[in-house]
Amino acid sequence: MIGLLRMLGARTLEGLRGLGEAVLLVARILRAAPAVALRPRLLIEQLYAVGVQSMVIILVSALFIGMVLGLQGYYTLADFGATEAVGTMVALSLVRELGPVVTALLFAGRAGSSLTAEVGLMKATEQLSSMEMMAVDPERRILAPRFFAALIAVPLLTAVFSVIGILGGYLVTVGMIGVDSGPFWSNMQNAVTIRDDILNGVIKSAAFGLLAGWITLHKGYTAVPTSSGVSRATTRGVVHASLAVLGLDFLLTALMFE
Amino acid sequence: MNQRLVEIGVGLFVAAGLAALLVLALQVSGLAELRQGTGYQVTAKFENVGSLREQAPVSMAGVRIGRVEAIELDPASHRATVHMRIKERYDSIPEDSTAAIYTAGLLGEQYVGLQPGWESESLDDGDRIADTQSAVVLERLLGQFLTNTQE
Repeated sequence: MIGLLRMLGARTLEGLRGLGEAVLLVARILRAAPAVALRPRLLIEQLYAVGVQSMVIILVSALFIGMVLGLQGYYTLADFGATEAVGTMVALSLVRELGPVVTALLFAGRAGSSLTAEVGLMKATEQLSSMEMMAVDPERRILAPRFFAALIAVPLLTAVFSVIGILGGYLVTVGMIGVDSGPFWSNMQNAVTIRDDILNGVIKSAAFGLLAGWITLHKGYTAVPTSSGVSRATTRGVVHASLAVLGLDFLLTALMFE
Repeated sequence: MNQRLVEIGVGLFVAAGLAALLVLALQVSGLAELRQGTGYQVTAKFENVGSLREQAPVSMAGVRIGRVEAIELDPASHRATVHMRIKERYDSIPEDSTAAIYTAGLLGEQYVGLQPGWESESLDDGDRIADTQSAVVLERLLGQFLTNTQE
């Protein structure tokens, strides 16, 4: 009984310590922002790794998700004779929810896992400590550019995702089924507003980018420096980042859309 | 990887992302059509606007000629004042035109429909459409129907 209590307490304390460590880490990374601005090359390299190389999976998933949304929306709306509203449905669900969330989940899987693995392996092979020996701050040199690259890349990827998804919905409903393209766009334009829908979507995706970059980098930076430790950190990074994105999405949706 | 290629790739990526944001703003939310200042504003007072919302279309003969810009309650007359912005090129709408609130289809959203009048004077910026017809409220219609059948 006492043993159980002790274990519970130790777990709780360990969880709290991890949370505090992560918050302190992000505070130090944010303080390194001017250093990143002075060396844009590091940021560009990371933008290439997490942004450009995630484009293919984002484009393909967005197209298929948009097509499925269009198809399902059409079947349901056809019962009510309101198939012209399919554009509105596809656009609103993509811009408000699916765009930011699915992009962040894909980002955590595609780019976040490689961030954790890379930083964890750097730690395991003692590259980080040798940097410190050379008076190079690994948080500035390694973590900060990756963090800001994630923060910039996710909103851009989300915007691309939403546009390609709407295009996919357009292709299926207008191109294949034969919904009229005029009401498809005009109903969408009547329903979607720039501040409530699009701006909130961008804010959401920036928050998700911050969260995904932060969690995966933290897991890598604090990984146990063995091969099994790095692999466990990578799994945890992706799982925790995905769960955090989904949880935050609920909170943000409750706050943003009344 | 060649540094130049990396930079070109990132440039393309950022440009594609910004272009996508622009498409979202212009094509998806229809921002291009409601830029402030283009067109002229007219107002109309309604007994009841039903579920008319801002940004709802204003149409004449089924053609969209503008949008509803703002809806507010006139504190003096307790009627709803609807501010509409009409596109610049439709500048010859007769002054005695009437405005009514219709519903697009059975379940569609509500819009303001204008019926042309006969005056040669046309509506100008700041003018008020005097003759209006309120939105049809389903409950009121049913109530009237029920009292009529009981008589």
